[in-house]
Amino acid sequence: MIPHLLSFLTFHPLVGSVVIALLPNSQKEAFKWIAVFFCACQVVVSAVVYYFFSTQTADFQMVEKADWITLSMGSLGTVSIDFILGVDGISLPLIMLSSVVMMVGVFSSFSIAKREKAYYSLYLLLTTSIMGCFLALDFFLFFLFFEFMLLPMYFLIGLWGGPRREYASIKFFLYTLVGSLLILIVMIGLYISVIDPYESELAKTMVHTFDLRLMTDGRNYLPDSILTPSGEITLLGVPSRMLAFWLLFIGFAIKLPIVPLHTWLPDAHVEAPTPVSVVLAGVLLKIGGYGLLRIAYPIFPDAAAEYAFTLAILGVISIVYGGFNALAQNDLKKMIAYSSVSHMGFVVLGIASLTAEGLNGAVYQMVSHGILSSLLFLLVGVLYDRTHNRLIDNYRGLISYMPLYTIITGITFFASLGLPGFSGFIGELFTLMGGFQSDRLPVWLTALGTLGIILAAAYFLWTFQRMFFGKPWAKNPTELPFLSDLNRLEKWMLIPLVLMSFALGIFPGWLFSLSDKTVSHLLKIFE
Amino acid sequence: MNSSLLFLIPLLPLIGFIINGIGFRHVPKSLAGVIGSAASLGAFAISILAWNAFEGQPQVVKLFDWISIGQLTIPFAFQIDQLSLLMLMVVTGVGSLIHIYSMGYMHHDEGFGKFFAFLNLFLFFMLLLVMGSNYVIMFIGWEGVGLCSYLLIGFWNKVTNYNNAARKAFIMNRIGDLGFLLGIFMIIQTFGSVEYLEVFAKAANGSFSINDTVIVTITALLFVGAMGKSAQIPLYTWLPDAMAGPTPVSALIHAATMVTAGIYMVIRSNVLYSLAPATLGVVGGIGLLTAVVAASIGLYQNDIKKVLAYSTVSQLGYMFLALGVGAYTSAMFHVMTHAFFKALLFLGAGSVIHAMSDEQDIRNMGGLRKHLPVTFWTFFVATLAISGIFPLSGFFSKDEILAHVFEHNQIMWGIGLFTSMMTAFYMFRLLFVTFFGEFRGTHDQKHHLHESPATMTIPLIILAVLSAAGGLLNIPHVLGGGESLAHFMAPLFELSKQVNPDLFEGHLEHSTEYILMGVSVGAAVLSILFAYNLFMGKKVVPAADKDVTGFPKVLQNKYYVDEFYEAVFVNPMRKLSDLLYSFGEFLIDLVVNGTGRLVQFLSGRLRLLQTGETGFYVFAMVLGILVILAWNLLLK
Repeated sequence: MIPHLLSFLTFHPLVGSVVIALLPNSQKEAFKWIAVFFCACQVVVSAVVYYFFSTQTADFQMVEKADWITLSMGSLGTVSIDFILGVDGISLPLIMLSSVVMMVGVFSSFSIAKREKAYYSLYLLLTTSIMGCFLALDFFLFFLFFEFMLLPMYFLIGLWGGPRREYASIKFFLYTLVGSLLILIVMIGLYISVIDPYESELAKTMVHTFDLRLMTDGRNYLPDSILTPSGEITLLGVPSRMLAFWLLFIGFAIKLPIVPLHTWLPDAHVEAPTPVSVVLAGVLLKIGGYGLLRIAYPIFPDAAAEYAFTLAILGVISIVYGGFNALAQNDLKKMIAYSSVSHMGFVVLGIASLTAEGLNGAVYQMVSHGILSSLLFLLVGVLYDRTHNRLIDNYRGLISYMPLYTIITGITFFASLGLPGFSGFIGELFTLMGGFQSDRLPVWLTALGTLGIILAAAYFLWTFQRMFFGKPWAKNPTELPFLSDLNRLEKWMLIPLVLMSFALGIFPGWLFSLSDKTVSHLLKIFE
Repeated sequence: MNSSLLFLIPLLPLIGFIINGIGFRHVPKSLAGVIGSAASLGAFAISILAWNAFEGQPQVVKLFDWISIGQLTIPFAFQIDQLSLLMLMVVTGVGSLIHIYSMGYMHHDEGFGKFFAFLNLFLFFMLLLVMGSNYVIMFIGWEGVGLCSYLLIGFWNKVTNYNNAARKAFIMNRIGDLGFLLGIFMIIQTFGSVEYLEVFAKAANGSFSINDTVIVTITALLFVGAMGKSAQIPLYTWLPDAMAGPTPVSALIHAATMVTAGIYMVIRSNVLYSLAPATLGVVGGIGLLTAVVAASIGLYQNDIKKVLAYSTVSQLGYMFLALGVGAYTSAMFHVMTHAFFKALLFLGAGSVIHAMSDEQDIRNMGGLRKHLPVTFWTFFVATLAISGIFPLSGFFSKDEILAHVFEHNQIMWGIGLFTSMMTAFYMFRLLFVTFFGEFRGTHDQKHHLHESPATMTIPLIILAVLSAAGGLLNIPHVLGGGESLAHFMAPLFELSKQVNPDLFEGHLEHSTEYILMGVSVGAAVLSILFAYNLFMGKKVVPAADKDVTGFPKVLQNKYYVDEFYEAVFVNPMRKLSDLLYSFGEFLIDLVVNGTGRLVQFLSGRLRLLQTGETGFYVFAMVLGILVILAWNLLLK
């Protein structure tokens, strides 16, 4: 075992970020390769984490803990914020996914041609905050990373985006900020309710804590505190714990996103440059689902169980509403953005089911969607790089100009619409199966959710047919000479992702074996 | 036989797909066809070995545990028993013939290698479907063959109509697949397993009564899947459109194998269906309805492949009718004979189309008998077989179905008989109009008329022999036969007999059976004579589309079902999606941006307080003090 492995995983891109910031502006090539180096390094380190990870236990592994901020507040007790990192079966798949997506994103960034220094520096900063988010076991630390993601994202969309980038980035920023505020409120509420029993014993005073692990244990709550598990405290007539759960849920739902809190997503995607879209869809959305699994559900299981039905409805609405909207799009990127909304709805349904199938399926679906949405946005980028145009109606018969591009798009579309053999199928199968098995959810709800599968077939195939089949044609014939097939860099980005989706689809047991223990441990509190 | 050899059966076509698929444009044409056909023939050879090595007990060969989650384990395993062996023989046997045929038929196509790659991929998924030992593997194969069907229908992807047909096929199948999927979920919930042997053992252990709600629901959901794949009402309209694909595809996928997957599924789940006579009633009813409706549409079609397509839908309906009355063996028998004669009909049609330079309208054909003798004679055999003329294969399988239906319900038998008369009529109409009379095509076409090459005619001849002699598989007692197929398949239905013995009771007198046979052959001959009189005697040529009026016009336009679906499902879906996008998203953003504006507005008002003037601040402070004083002194 290597000490401080997780810290290294989290913080080493920060070094790259600083190095890039310090280099003179003229070193444009160096920025790229430094970023590539640090992202590659992250892939390797996350592989090492996987190597040392044991699937035999549900506990957090490779935990690092250090006192960070300790303030004595006299009679009010002691403020204690710890630096805790750890990995378990829910975060490990997402960590590996992030490192891969960030790596692919760097290569895709090669087409960025202005202010490279700032770009790559921010990109690496983003990488650190994402990893931190998935690894932090202290709520305060988590929140810090969570908020810190906003900053680079805001600039990456706002500075390198399309024509309406300012509107999109401010919308993204405000939406997410509102979510963060709600999370912040709950975090404070939890903080004043929970004490650290060991530290309190030692210090002979009440030591409050942000430790997420302690927050899951009802015994650590002060008896009369606002979020006490006895559930007697009400705010505005609502039990405080229910309220707190909903605040957390909304906070994460914005990120996920869940209809009707999703409208920032299509705008952000349309304006964001390709690599930022890739990171956004591939990784950032997953933090919403991760937040539910790591924070909202283990800390407020009572509320999660009580509102399972409502949450599942929200998931199903996202699936269906997102699907219908995807069907109506003429902008390829927007179509894919809405398909993301639809596919992330499966995650919510799976989580809400509170079954082993559903929760494992949700984790799986997050990984699968991370790979597939990255692919989809990269594919849009391929066309957009050539023509600066991505309207579906503007093209026909692209297969004649770009056969390999067509094949890979076809495979990705089929994988995304849930064809067996690819990861999308397993994710949808198990989230739906979970919904179906759950005794908390009515059967018709899941049946309604399956509508999303038909819609996905409809919008993906309709798009595929319109753009790639038929007689070769482009609305603007001057674009035709630019429609060259995939170049080497693009192949190197796309094909490995296709293979990953394929491998996961053929051997889903591998991913399930990572998450299964942790998930069954989590489910125990719901029995 | 070493059981690991079994894995080669699907693996060989997969390898063929990989070679031809990845090597497309690099593998030379001559090699691509050979690789594809060899993969199929290899699978056929191993299937024969497996057949010979079979000892009567179902054998499950496990490769690995595919998924293990919570309480549920889904192994990746194959099950070899009577049913999968029969399907293996049909799929790989007929499949091989069609591969060989395709080497000739697709010779001039630039996508030759791609075609064989897809064909092999189809075989792979189809074999997975019939060999899997559980519902999840069946589902994987099920979706996989759907993919291949999509790829091959839209094989010539420059033509928009073909692409539309491909998409329609996939989406309509998806609707059925959802039923299947929900059925699987329910099986998992009820039995805690998806393995056939476990599920059926648990279903038959006495804890479920006849027509138990759970079992009825499961079987009904599974049947929705079968409706999609096997083109039954209401999910049948994709199959006639699917004729857009190259003709060998129509023969292999849309006649002989894939579309019979629904029947396979019901037979596979016969224990569940036997427990749910209510569902069987629906299955039989829908099958009969589909058989009649499709046959009636077939009467007025003029595209050689469309006639065959509706005939396929109708014959599939027949098979479901058989399933509906519990005649599982008869359904399987008809699956097999139908695979022979319908594949032959399609390949014959392909040979005609090949000779006619891609002409498909029978009104522009005629007199082809002289130019395409092998095609004609084999086509003739198949037409006799499908019409149920003694002693060709179709006679035996159809007669068996009708006899079982007669035991069950005589009105249904009457409708079935009527359907079979229509079948004989439209098939002989097709034969007469295409092969007899004067040639009505262009001069150019006449000049090019030629018999197809040996790669195409040899499969025709083999299939003609099978179509003629296929009945030998299951000659009924009444004709002195041994019913060997029924004996072979009997172990499959033991559990069914145990849970619902009534379903298998009922026995016809020999004299009744003779009469039934006589009636059905007589009826077929009658309609053949009618067709003869019309198309040979009066030399009628089907009218041009614009001259068709009245009910025939309704038939020619397929009862306007496509238009109905378009108006009732497709367009409203489109409208809804547009509405949700334009209005729903607008509304949400109105609230979001409105909130933003409100905050801006309020902050703008608040900002006015920050004047920066000391005087104003002092004034505000005094005001504040006054208010507090007033509160404390006066109001408290």
